[in-house]
Amino acid sequence: MSLQLSTSSQRITELQINGKPYKIDAAPETSLLSVLRDQLDLTGSKYGCGEGQCGACTVLIDGNPRHSCTVTVGTVGQRPITTIEGLEHDGKLHPLQQAFLDEGAMQCAYCTSGMIMTGVSLLKTNADPTEAQIAEFMQGNICRCGTYPRIVAAVRRAAGAMKSSAKGASR
Amino acid sequence: MTDHRAPEIETQIVIEPERYELHSPPVHHFEIDRRDFAKLVGAGIAVFLISKGALAQQQQGESGGRGGFGGQSMPKDISAWLHINEDGAVTVYTGKVEIGQNIRTSLAQAVAEELRTPFESITMVMGDTKLTPFDAGTFGSQTTPRMGPQLRHVASAACDTLRELAAKQWNVDAARLVAVSGKITDPQSKRSIAYGKLAEGQALAKAIPDTDPLVPTNEWIISGKPIAKVDGRDFVTGSHKYTSDMKLPGMLYGKVLRQPSVGATLASVDATAAQAIPGVTVVHDGEFVGVAAPNLQTAARALAAIRAEWKPAPALPNSKNIYEYLKANVQAGGGGRGGGGRPNTTGSMEEGLAAASHKLDATYNIAYIAHAPLEPRAAVAQWQNGELNVWTGTQRPFGVRSELAGAFHISGDKVRVRMPDMGSGYGGKHTGECAVEAARLAQAAGKPVKLEWTREEEFTWAYFRPVGVIDIRSGVSGDGKLTAWEFHNYNSGGSGIDTPYTVANQLIAFHPTQYPLRQGSYRGLAATANHFARESHMDDLAHSIGMEPMEFRLKNLDKNPRVADVLKAAAEKFGWGKSKPAPGHGFGLACGMEKGGYVATCAEVSVDGASGAVQVVRAVTAFDCGAIVNPDGLKNQVMGATVQGLGGALFEAIEFEDGRVTNPKFSKYRVPRFKDAPDIEVVLVNRLDIPSAGAGETPIMALAPAVGNAIFQATGARLRSMPMAPNGVKI
Repeated sequence: MSLQLSTSSQRITELQINGKPYKIDAAPETSLLSVLRDQLDLTGSKYGCGEGQCGACTVLIDGNPRHSCTVTVGTVGQRPITTIEGLEHDGKLHPLQQAFLDEGAMQCAYCTSGMIMTGVSLLKTNADPTEAQIAEFMQGNICRCGTYPRIVAAVRRAAGAMKSSAKGASR
Repeated sequence: MTDHRAPEIETQIVIEPERYELHSPPVHHFEIDRRDFAKLVGAGIAVFLISKGALAQQQQGESGGRGGFGGQSMPKDISAWLHINEDGAVTVYTGKVEIGQNIRTSLAQAVAEELRTPFESITMVMGDTKLTPFDAGTFGSQTTPRMGPQLRHVASAACDTLRELAAKQWNVDAARLVAVSGKITDPQSKRSIAYGKLAEGQALAKAIPDTDPLVPTNEWIISGKPIAKVDGRDFVTGSHKYTSDMKLPGMLYGKVLRQPSVGATLASVDATAAQAIPGVTVVHDGEFVGVAAPNLQTAARALAAIRAEWKPAPALPNSKNIYEYLKANVQAGGGGRGGGGRPNTTGSMEEGLAAASHKLDATYNIAYIAHAPLEPRAAVAQWQNGELNVWTGTQRPFGVRSELAGAFHISGDKVRVRMPDMGSGYGGKHTGECAVEAARLAQAAGKPVKLEWTREEEFTWAYFRPVGVIDIRSGVSGDGKLTAWEFHNYNSGGSGIDTPYTVANQLIAFHPTQYPLRQGSYRGLAATANHFARESHMDDLAHSIGMEPMEFRLKNLDKNPRVADVLKAAAEKFGWGKSKPAPGHGFGLACGMEKGGYVATCAEVSVDGASGAVQVVRAVTAFDCGAIVNPDGLKNQVMGATVQGLGGALFEAIEFEDGRVTNPKFSKYRVPRFKDAPDIEVVLVNRLDIPSAGAGETPIMALAPAVGNAIFQATGARLRSMPMAPNGVKI
């Protein structure tokens, strides 16, 4: 039913998501968010504004946080995409997911996926961010329930947990 | 079944529904179909709470353990119920909904407490019009004070029933048996039996009045504890399905044509090009034009292909001249709190002003603001054999059911509304327009349809916190006693309009007016506006007589010790009076009460000398809502209210001109972000001797005036409009 948009040669047919290839069928100008949600049922990434202003749709592309609502699938190519669904491994939550639970860093939790993806990306480049650095990095993510202080605390807690588990692993 | 469509009042009233809700009897008599019921819950033990008036007519309500669901009429005026199945799992049914305020957790705590069963054994079924009892909606901070005790009663009665069943089985006196951790135990014989075992083979339905004893607050072991959010793991893994995440087999995606300005009407429509697109259904029904298509892209393309001409509505005021408009367009029906035709008056303003050594007149303006919940309105609608199933994010599932029944001329029992825990509302999702639109498209397409409003639609076509003007005239004696207090609120609303201060001579009135944009409920309603005006004014009065602002408030709070207590608690934590603010900084405080909650906030701000930008550096809020059910959830609410309150206090405002909202995007409508959040401290005053009140709203009320008073101290500028500093403070 959705084949009438453009010629098949231009269509995007595969994306690399959470370490796996996913078959899709979309015009190149289709937003990544729409493909994730509507075609692949990866609905952890949320629509909040459609203009890259709220961060609810944040995914990692090549490890960098991107607003999937403003990224078109035609520009992604075969670069690896990580969504919130790809953080949990073998039933074990990412330390930042666990930290959100431990800090109670959510209310309605609609922003939570985007917050966690942005936070994960920050922790990749800065293993021990200060509160000010967290706020600066996450300024593009909106929580309308106003749980920012707990989110900052969760990122700090995850940094601590990741540091101590890295220490444990190196021994 | 009788016609379940509500009287007009239920669907039409959006503004401050609790004004009407509190003195209106329930409009529905919701009857659970017995066959459905038995099919749904299976064997086990069910306990229903019957509202008092209905019990007399429900002599048959108690089934006594024989016959169960098959042999008896199901009680009609059920306000809450629960079911214990054969493996001991407890399912609780309530019409309340979870919107991020954490009642799925706190209500389950209350049930676990009274039923004396592990918290983990409780599942809450919420906001499903087929399964849960009628509920007017989740607003007005009513869940904790009303639904909390009701569920406690049900759980307590269920516990008694289990004790009686065990007593019968063991042939002992029920009074000697104790219930602990999901088991009934006989301390004498040391026997024990699990709830699930007692439920085995039962089909027991028990109806109770709400008079059973409750566990005293000082014996709480599950309530009062910081239990983590239920289903938290689903949210951090992205697996929770909000309405906007749902997908049904064969589902289409909807889009609706919006008028270019408020009140514009259709002159002509040409949908030929849209209809020619394969798979597209176009609906044109009265003023409604919408499309459904197999995917969102095609739906958007079809919508863009529709040619429509519009006839604009008569000119409306804009966001600049709105305040004069309100005062020039007062409607009948004003009065004291909640309207009613007469202002609240005590004593004589004339005498009060004559006795004053200082007088003050001031006017305060309150802009329209948007709730902007991060999940915009969404609905999935499906018709099957003339019956309508709808999933939608709403604070009023039963209200939405009425709207749907009315829109499609069917009875309420043909409509089932379900509310997946949603991406919040803050009072902004009381209405069912998105559900009605999705259902109309699904009806035409003959397939399920999902409609998700865009952010721009949510900003433009939802409704706003009302715009308002407040005039205050006051007098104070030289020694700091209020002598006169006249307070007029135009349009913004009556919540929190009464002063907590002792004043012998008062005149307090709410004046409804005409207004240009759709307006309705909002977290705290008008209490934020009324507190902003009152507490800013109090600050000015204190300065006018050279009195310290906290001392001045305490002096006039002689009849309101709970307000005085939270004010002292906030001040102590803040270190009020202990130090002077740094250059460019200021301290401010404010306090008040509403909906059974008592709040005080102390704030520190810094104002940039060059740009005038205001930063709230620190905010301490003390809150007393009686006995605390979940201190962690409560702290989260108070903290969130502080952050959200900052937006309306400093920079949030809907701008509009010619019937168009001109800033309907997050890039143009500023909401609080990480760097706006101050250092927040929450002081919880736990009054175990007082029944729990709600906490979702009142903690937001004192923030704006505390910030305004701090800006005054920092700069000498008294800001009397909310938002106070969308472009900084001019010093």
